[in-house]
Amino acid sequence: MKPAGFTYHRPSSLEAALDILFEVAPDGGRIIAGGQSLVPMMALRVANPSHLVDINEIPELNSLRFDGDACIIGALTRHAQFEDTLVPAPLGALLGQVCRQIAHYPIRERGTFCGSIALADPSSEWCLVTATLDGFILARNKFKERLIPAREYFQGLMSTDLQADEMVVEVRLPLLHPSDKFGFVEFTRRAGDLAMAMALVVFNLKDGRMDNVRIGIGGAEAYPRRMELAEKLLTHQSPSESVFEAAAQAAAESLDPLVDNQTDAEFRKDLVRMVVKRALQQAHQDAPSLALSSF
Amino acid sequence: MTPHSDIQLNVNSETYTVRVEPRKTLADTLREDCGLTGTHIGCEHGVCGACTVLVDGKPVRSCLMFAVQAEDHPIRTVESLALGDQLNALQQAFCDQHALQCGFCTSGFLMLITGALEKNPVMSDEEIVELVSSNLCRCTGYVNIIKAVQVVRDQHLKTVS
Repeated sequence: MKPAGFTYHRPSSLEAALDILFEVAPDGGRIIAGGQSLVPMMALRVANPSHLVDINEIPELNSLRFDGDACIIGALTRHAQFEDTLVPAPLGALLGQVCRQIAHYPIRERGTFCGSIALADPSSEWCLVTATLDGFILARNKFKERLIPAREYFQGLMSTDLQADEMVVEVRLPLLHPSDKFGFVEFTRRAGDLAMAMALVVFNLKDGRMDNVRIGIGGAEAYPRRMELAEKLLTHQSPSESVFEAAAQAAAESLDPLVDNQTDAEFRKDLVRMVVKRALQQAHQDAPSLALSSF
Repeated sequence: MTPHSDIQLNVNSETYTVRVEPRKTLADTLREDCGLTGTHIGCEHGVCGACTVLVDGKPVRSCLMFAVQAEDHPIRTVESLALGDQLNALQQAFCDQHALQCGFCTSGFLMLITGALEKNPVMSDEEIVELVSSNLCRCTGYVNIIKAVQVVRDQHLKTVS
């Protein structure tokens, strides 16, 4: 349970970090931010980076700012920073509610939003948020930067469009409209465990009918994505139990489920049906709820 | 073996000069190089919380940080809590409320709760339950740990009212 050896780099500017990353990436070097996933992976010898480029001493990366209609999350923004709402509602309320489901308090004080995006664990709450809201990932290497839409960024199980010499410099999320409603429901067996299924839904009401509907699923497929068929079933409909049930069923049916020893395809689909329905109910009632535990 | 780094750690307001491999965790360094064995190591991959210490005033798993990362960041361990033989309020509450049996997890809980109370000394009962779910205790069933935190919180409420 001890990590293998590596060479440690502690740059004090982003440019220096990207210079080092460019040099060491071909040998398996990588960035360490909060390290709350990377270090356990190293302890378990699942990850064996030859070099670690520590970005924790680059204060300019610890930023959370707003530009027009976007919330811009810097590479060192820790999960816990979203617990004290700095972001305007309803996005701030959404991020605050989601944040409390991420691991435990000490992990949230150190782990970073952008680190979760870089790792792209299928059960990452922030990956689900970024995919559902169609956020953008700003990736930069030594020479250039590029803005990647979430839809193109997530590509598979812990697999993304990010190149080895690139770093996630920031993530941009759209500030929601003040009248947008949201619901977020996550199923875990114990508090702080990885999600077995989670749903984030956002919509607004125009003349009593749902519009701009977003339904995102995480923890149930290789990577988070929007469920367009389910979204279409709700668009221009009045909120009701029966349309919620139909959308939840459609999301479950269009799932390509992750399967493991304790979770077969049918169970995973059933969990998805349940979290979508409850997230829709929550959005409709404007009532945030805590994580569901199984019993 | 990767080359060793000579680093200085500020632990409980004292400076320790240590020579470590970059892969050495803060938890191992505190115990083996600083001689501060109050910090316990349980799972070594961030699940159990036995190794929780304060870094820059915030509770962190010291098994998920490398010692080289902690240079220039003040660290506090369980050894900082008591004043000589005099337990501090939280330690005394743990004692009074029987918030430990085997005691292996205790130092991690004490530092977790110390950091959380410094951020929010008036946590609600729900927040306390959520907080202590961060760490594993296999003896107490948590009820007495929660009571100990409530005692300290209520003492604080009395002094400010």
